[in-house]
Amino acid sequence: MTDTTIRPVLEAIDVSKHFSVANGIGDAAVVRAVEGVSLRLLPGRIVAVVGESGSGKTTLARLLARFYEPTTGEIRLAGAPVGRTRRARSEKTYRKAVQLIFQDPFGSLNPLHRVRHNLERAIALHHGRMSRQARDERVASLLERVSLVPASDYLDKFPHELSGGQRQRVVIARALAVEPRVLLGDEPISMLDVSIRLEMLNLLDSLRREEGLAILYITHDIASARYLCDDIVVMYAGQMVEAGPKDEVISNPQHPYTKLLVESSPDPHRDVAVDREAIFGDADELGEPPSLIDPPTGCRFHPRCPFAMERCRTTEPPRAVLAEGRWADCWLHEVGRAEELHEAPMTELITRRLSEETR
Amino acid sequence: MTTTALTARNDAARPVGSDTVLDVDGLCVEYAGAGEPVRACTDVTFALRRGEILGIVGESGSGKSTLITALTRLQRPPAVTTAGRVLFHPQDGEEPVDLVRLTPRKLRALRWTSLSIVLQSAMDALNPVMRLGAQFVDALREHDRSMSHTAAWEEARRLLGLVGISADRARSYPHELSGGMRQRATIALALACRPELVVMDEPTTAVDVVMQRQILAQVLRLRREFGFAVVFVTHDLSLLLELADRIAVMYAGRIVELASATDVYRTPMHPYTRGLRDSFPPLHAPVTRLEGIPGSPPDLRALPSGCPFADRCPAVMERCRTELPLLEPHGGRSVACHLHDEGIRP
Repeated sequence: MTDTTIRPVLEAIDVSKHFSVANGIGDAAVVRAVEGVSLRLLPGRIVAVVGESGSGKTTLARLLARFYEPTTGEIRLAGAPVGRTRRARSEKTYRKAVQLIFQDPFGSLNPLHRVRHNLERAIALHHGRMSRQARDERVASLLERVSLVPASDYLDKFPHELSGGQRQRVVIARALAVEPRVLLGDEPISMLDVSIRLEMLNLLDSLRREEGLAILYITHDIASARYLCDDIVVMYAGQMVEAGPKDEVISNPQHPYTKLLVESSPDPHRDVAVDREAIFGDADELGEPPSLIDPPTGCRFHPRCPFAMERCRTTEPPRAVLAEGRWADCWLHEVGRAEELHEAPMTELITRRLSEETR
Repeated sequence: MTTTALTARNDAARPVGSDTVLDVDGLCVEYAGAGEPVRACTDVTFALRRGEILGIVGESGSGKSTLITALTRLQRPPAVTTAGRVLFHPQDGEEPVDLVRLTPRKLRALRWTSLSIVLQSAMDALNPVMRLGAQFVDALREHDRSMSHTAAWEEARRLLGLVGISADRARSYPHELSGGMRQRATIALALACRPELVVMDEPTTAVDVVMQRQILAQVLRLRREFGFAVVFVTHDLSLLLELADRIAVMYAGRIVELASATDVYRTPMHPYTRGLRDSFPPLHAPVTRLEGIPGSPPDLRALPSGCPFADRCPAVMERCRTELPLLEPHGGRSVACHLHDEGIRP
């Protein structure tokens, strides 16, 4: 994340996205979906963005894919700011470099067309006219790159004839058709069956290793993020709260929310002799993320945080830059209390705080 | 209480005794279509002890949802239960009843009071145009005619409190609640009439991990207080390893392994169970390259004559291609795999 020798291929700099929505009585409200997010994607590196639904991770992916124009902030492709004017030519250059893979492989392929057509269309749009033979070769090599071999078995199939895993491979092959430098995966495995998810993660990993793609992996599953990525960014209520190398972030969270997320995640390799009541015992009341129409002042996690201090309620926490390329937006670092996070049983502390408040 | 004519094969999967609340034997469910009927559940046999949490895990198409709609008699055509029985043993020592053959009227009397269900999508399970509390009042008064409206409303407020929803929310409509709150409300609703058995169909799949942890913590606490048994269906084995007492692993419509959560994790006997366990990357343990399970599940319309897992199995043998392995007891657990046949060492 801090490697300055490699230039980022795609960069978001202090990007925010606000949506206007009409409420029930016709008044407009503003949803602050993403606020002040900066992110750098480097060639051959995978960054995972983890967070709950509503944390802004999908909005972030769509900002990076330029489905949305940022409200403020800037997106840079290979160092050059991406213009606000939507000129067709620059659009096309951008899409050639940055491709988005959706969550639902069932909805992202044209069901009326065979695999061949789905891929050829992407090739034709981005490479212009090609001889029949050259096009056939390209389609076959794309399918090989996503391990759909022999390609002839798949070319003439319709999407509904493929399994979920095969479909997602075709979606990735189509993204690769334009030879992008960045892949944005928005929960690319969450709709696939458990037994084939790993194949998909391994495929993304080999694309990164062998072709030097920069990959953004958006997920709510921390264990899969740890399996695939180099760095993890944690989002909460539209903001980034912590980032750093994956193992450090997961084994030693420096933000109370990260700690809550890690504690809540199932770990199949937790010692199963651990008492079930001990695992689930004190997680009765964990609160919920705030509304993004009227987010809390100060730190957005303060209404749930067991460490919340007066300043957390009033003032946004400063970024604490830590060793090993890590940072966390939390006041605990400022007041020298970050040590307390390490041993804190977060689910238990939050449950205690919130149930005392309701009492 | 005990049923007659148990074959030896069924003993381990169904240790039938006075502490059994549900006893499923040889259940088969088919989907009748234009052509050959498709068998989505075949010969499913297990017993559920009182107060136990039995996890049922499987991928899409494994038959887990078909199984629970058959168990709870919520199935709709074209699904038909073609064989087997589902014996429910009431706590008060009354004669067991076969849910498969029960008349709709008697079934209706059992619902909520003895057997209830929590569905994946809480939005669909709650009536969108009724206040939350009114839906509790409905269920409560339907099964206890002597309960006054005021008392039922008071009970609704108390039940919501059990899952951490403040009592004044009883006056809210479902759309005014967050997804996590709605799901907790359906759990409270399922418990309203103190059932002995709650079937939960992916109750936390639509919520985030933090809410999932909270919901499961509440389910465990409520189970301690009320003592109901749970059939918990999910595709997430990692969750069941932490939550369930025993786990039934389904593949292509059959239970292929049934064992305690500890045994499933430490010593899975079926190669599919092992593969599934190894499909979850660890959260803290060192990361090694994992492969998942190559291939995809078989088409239920064209099942092979042998083991349905044979094509994906790393330990496939000659006989797996021709002979279907049945669920056999091995100590306190059961597995359907030729690797564990007499005379063959795994």
